[in-house]
Amino acid sequence: MAVRKNQATLTAQEKRGFVNAVLELKRQGGYDTFVSTHNSFIMSDTDDGERTGHRSPSFLPWHRKFLLQFEQALQAIDATVALPYWDWTADRTTDASIWGADFLGGDGRSSDGQVTTGPFAFSGGKWPVTVSPDSRNYLLRSLGAGTADLPTKADVDGVLALSDYDTPPWNSSSDGFRNNLEGWRGVNLHNRVHVWIGGNMSTGMSPNDPVFWLHHCFIDRLWAGWQARHPDQGYLPADRTQDVVSLNDTMKPWNDTAPAALLDHTRFYTYDSAY
Amino acid sequence: MSEQSTSTDLTRRRMLQGAVVALTAATGTVVLGLTGPGAGSTAAAGLEGDDSFDEVFQQRRIQGMPMAAGTAMPSGHQHGAMGYQVLIDGRELHMMRNADGTWISVLDHYRTFSTPRALARSAVIALHGAQLVPISV
Ligand SMILES: [Cu+2]
Ligand SMILES: [Cu+2]
Repeated sequence: MAVRKNQATLTAQEKRGFVNAVLELKRQGGYDTFVSTHNSFIMSDTDDGERTGHRSPSFLPWHRKFLLQFEQALQAIDATVALPYWDWTADRTTDASIWGADFLGGDGRSSDGQVTTGPFAFSGGKWPVTVSPDSRNYLLRSLGAGTADLPTKADVDGVLALSDYDTPPWNSSSDGFRNNLEGWRGVNLHNRVHVWIGGNMSTGMSPNDPVFWLHHCFIDRLWAGWQARHPDQGYLPADRTQDVVSLNDTMKPWNDTAPAALLDHTRFYTYDSAY
Repeated sequence: MSEQSTSTDLTRRRMLQGAVVALTAATGTVVLGLTGPGAGSTAAAGLEGDDSFDEVFQQRRIQGMPMAAGTAMPSGHQHGAMGYQVLIDGRELHMMRNADGTWISVLDHYRTFSTPRALARSAVIALHGAQLVPISV
């Protein structure tokens, strides 16, 4: 079973293995399906209509399943690969090793935001952006431009202390752990990290930037951390609820997996350490 | 209705008033209607939400207009009660309204703006001169 590790602790070989599997999935054509699937959900998830991937209780199980599928696609290329996570409370500067040329590459250049270093730089020829809301076909980042600071450990610990998983009306105006983690309310954790990176990560096509997977892997780990802190709490809503995915409803687009089947991540993978 | 005919009709309608707005807008300082966490955005949210605008911002034409509820967008989406459309150089910027009245766009899907105009200006900055393209879902 895969062990998902902190990206800061990966060996040079592990970094190469992950990057090469991602590049190969892109070359085979499978990568961009993840980008368009993500965008189609984010554009149709609305506060007053059906919502599955975002701004709703199933934000966490939906992305857990989405990441599992992606991880499996990478493992079909290289069975030794597991998704790494990025602890942005610790590695929070623009010169952190995650942005190195040997891993995800660095910030976009100031003139147009184009990423010009690392394996995903357009000049390398292996990372054309094809699913995009605009005419640009290269990877974009503007680290720290959209918001000054990544969330801190204190921000995270405050959100993990919230006891209710989610609350009515089960959307971007809800109180509770899920919406504070997603970031529409409170100190803003998940959303703020997308904005801090900027470029493609700010858009509905955010998986165009491979850092998407490392960010969401950390969000997934924080969910597990919340579960460990609140053993008497669980996924809500438990009962059928209009427009949202309750505990035993299956989620689109898979239609075969309910949140209940995803609550225990150790059935699928483990983390190198618990948050 | 095609995207082209929508923007052409709109262009005719707003040609005159747009030229006036453009003069002031092009010289103005940018104040984004950014509503970060805890910014108390709810009170301000919705201002201009029912109004139209048509201006040139950083050499891009940005237009915003309310749409009748349930109107089909050029992209083919049904936007239900949301009812607002923003164009950049005549091309639709996909957007939606949050429960608290703030707005997000496909280019800024993880931060909220108190007005469609602020959202449109942020999109212009993010585009660095690039054109919006239709989104196939
Ligand atoms: Cu997402
Ligand atoms: Cu995300």
